[in-house]
Amino acid sequence: MEKLKILEGRRGQVFEKGKDAFKLNCGVKSTSGAVSQRACVFCGSRVVLYPITDALHLVHGPIGCAAYTWDIRGSMSSGPVINRHSFSTDLREIDVIYGGAEKLYKAASQLIDKHKPEAAFIYSTCIVGLIGDDVEAVCKKLSEEKKIPVINVDSAGFKGTKKDGYKAACESIAKLVGTGDISMIAPYSINILGEFNLAGEAWIIKDYYTRMGVNVNAVITGDGRVADLKRAHGAALNVVQCAGSMTYLAEIMKKKYNIPFIRVSYFGLDDMTSALYDVAAFFEKNPEINERAGMVVKDEMDAIMPGLLRYRKALSGKKAALYVGGAFKAFSLIKALRVLGMDVVLAGSQTGNKEDYEDLKKICDDGAIIIDDANPQELSRYITEKKADVLIGGVKERPIAYKIGIGFCDHNHERKIPLAGYAGMLNFAGEVYSSVMSPVWKLVLRNDTFGQKRSRP
Amino acid sequence: MKTKEAPAAVTNACKLCSPLGAVLAFKGIEGAVCILHGSQGCATYIRRYMISHYKEPLDVASSSFSEDTAIFGGSFTLMQGLDNLIKQYRPALIGVATTCLSETIGDDAGRILHDYKKERAGQGLPVLIKVSTAAYKGTHADGFVSAVRETVEALAKKGTKNDSVNIFPGMLSPEDLRNIKETAEVFGLRYTLFPDYSETLDAGQWGGYELLPPGGTPLEALTDTANAAVTIELGNSAGQGETAGKYLQKEFGVKRASLPVPIGVKATDLFMEELEKAAGKQIPDKYLKERGRLIDSYVDGHKYVFGVKAAVFGEEDLVVSMAAFLDEIGMIPSVCASGAPAGKLENLLREAIPDFDAKEITVLEDADFELIEQAVKKISPKIMIGSSKGYKISRKLNIPLVRCGFPVHDRAGGARIAHVLYKGSQQLFDRIVNKLLEDAQENSAAGFSYM
Repeated sequence: MEKLKILEGRRGQVFEKGKDAFKLNCGVKSTSGAVSQRACVFCGSRVVLYPITDALHLVHGPIGCAAYTWDIRGSMSSGPVINRHSFSTDLREIDVIYGGAEKLYKAASQLIDKHKPEAAFIYSTCIVGLIGDDVEAVCKKLSEEKKIPVINVDSAGFKGTKKDGYKAACESIAKLVGTGDISMIAPYSINILGEFNLAGEAWIIKDYYTRMGVNVNAVITGDGRVADLKRAHGAALNVVQCAGSMTYLAEIMKKKYNIPFIRVSYFGLDDMTSALYDVAAFFEKNPEINERAGMVVKDEMDAIMPGLLRYRKALSGKKAALYVGGAFKAFSLIKALRVLGMDVVLAGSQTGNKEDYEDLKKICDDGAIIIDDANPQELSRYITEKKADVLIGGVKERPIAYKIGIGFCDHNHERKIPLAGYAGMLNFAGEVYSSVMSPVWKLVLRNDTFGQKRSRP
Repeated sequence: MKTKEAPAAVTNACKLCSPLGAVLAFKGIEGAVCILHGSQGCATYIRRYMISHYKEPLDVASSSFSEDTAIFGGSFTLMQGLDNLIKQYRPALIGVATTCLSETIGDDAGRILHDYKKERAGQGLPVLIKVSTAAYKGTHADGFVSAVRETVEALAKKGTKNDSVNIFPGMLSPEDLRNIKETAEVFGLRYTLFPDYSETLDAGQWGGYELLPPGGTPLEALTDTANAAVTIELGNSAGQGETAGKYLQKEFGVKRASLPVPIGVKATDLFMEELEKAAGKQIPDKYLKERGRLIDSYVDGHKYVFGVKAAVFGEEDLVVSMAAFLDEIGMIPSVCASGAPAGKLENLLREAIPDFDAKEITVLEDADFELIEQAVKKISPKIMIGSSKGYKISRKLNIPLVRCGFPVHDRAGGARIAHVLYKGSQQLFDRIVNKLLEDAQENSAAGFSYM
């Protein structure tokens, strides 16, 4: 097969371990015309803030941005669900000409009166900055009138990458942190940052910590409440799960409130276990926490091991490709797949940073492709070349896997099955198993001659 | 009487932005790819949204604006994007659709393409077609109609007059498009269906990844649209603005027949009559039988649908034709809603439905799902018909939903939902009747096992 010619603008973003000199060029904006799988700044801020369930999320701009993000996350709520609506100022030509600030004020004011949220986030999309709407002034006016925080989320799609959207979201959350009463917060308290309660994952994790005797003060932003965010500065420790989106907030809180943070991952057995012991180690003054952590780990492992071993038997030796949002998650997934006896032949992410990719390089086997901000051509080509049996990714990657004739496991924010924690690991194995082992692949002609005419099965 | 102030915000939109419609239309051209001139997110969101419905790969490029681009203009990034797209895909055609961002900064995509062609002269460029799709003007349906028109305007060339038929079907499902093609073939017609995403967005297994999925209207066929005998344009709303069919009529004297989306017996009859005229022969027996079966099923099911109120929502064309179909079978389209800007829907419905006023139809233009919910609550229809985005209301108010149109995000086979011609209407009718029966059965105290 002829070697794939990577687009000039992307040459530093693809790397084969053991072959190329490793100098991954990441954190740069997508190359024009490359058909990136990435979204934009707005997407970054929207996904982080979306799970705050008692807040109003109003998208200020033409209809598209709001329409495409209507209830797309699998974040679950134990109470209010204002977030599951899609609100937009639906700017029209006349607003673009004369300015949309007045419409924004009216829209937000009506919606706040109607839905009575605890706070409101106003997402300023692409054209809002261009037409010069003074969104800050509108927010200030509304905050005073409605007596709730009304926060401008500066999320014009073109002002960087999805990561800049994460940053905008962190800045918005930081405006709430520190405004609540923390006098009643228990001493062994943590905040979990970057856990979005997809399919109820935050509830699984919270349960583990509670059983250890650790109080989860706020989950930012899974099953999120504005009041919890306001009191987040009362915790002793910040535990950062989604490093890509939330490290910035952890840094702000460290600087401002002197709260230390640790990075953890809730995916896979090793990382989940470390995430519990690392927190226990932080509260070393109370050795009982560590003891109870041990009990949690033992009980949970005992419960899933028989099932996991059955899956392992079937999946051993199969090959997997990963393409996920943040690269830190890829790291956990590789370890989780190893538990199942599987090899990872491709690991890529939309928004990984240098550190993440260094870690990825260390853990990957020789011959594995490491890739930043991939496109369908690269993904399909390398998956075919490396003969993967399953792709782990999101909605946009699913049809790529299926058309190549391999299994797919959804590890994006739309998933309906919890994949975090011990129970999540068993679900993950089950997901991979049920796709990879399906008899449908026997009906599909899997072809290695990429891009050439071939006979149909 | 002073009514309550109209909401300034949209809550749960019943429309999408215009670039999505352009992307869909370009998917119906053989060897084409599309680039959106704007932020990276526009392309990705639209892909994601469409992939969830069609469940097929859908590669859409972006010119990936940065802050600099927004200030200094997108000429460089668009040209670079075209270069990269050509390198990767080697397409026969690139559709360039603008976004609210590039439109607002005043980028003249037409001029950029002109310069690009000049700079790259002699390099065997693909056909480049620009369509203006600022999201703050119109809806996805408008983007679709514009892309069809722009493509025909760019490609149609005078040649030898022939007897072929141009069929511009509007936003139908791949299944519908296949049914239309099959019918034209059975009639023995030489025809051009445009756009034709019946294969590109509902393909079989390829055994690998096709960067340019097989299928779509060939470029030569588009060139030849100027020489056809007649253009059949489906969709009532298309009749009001500038359309591809009107362009061909004006520039090349191609006759134009503007027909409603052929849902139901009467609307399909009109379509068949046009095909009869074009083919110079009577309707094939096959369709008379299908027509017979459809009417027979109407008879078998008439009691279950007569006088039953329904809420219909979606694109204007679909809503109008669906409402006319419901009227034909004795149902009452009590709520007819579209997110399209106000001004057209009520008039189109008046034309399509005799006794419009007597039927007490609530027409919601420029509607969102909040407004639709209020109307549905007040009128209490027994069934809802439209995209899967009506699910929330359906669940909340416990009113069954028949999924059709676009998008269907929560069911398999969205691409294979049939709506048109006798066969498609048949499936639609059966689905509606069965949904009503199912609902009655589930809500009956004793249950029943016979109709």
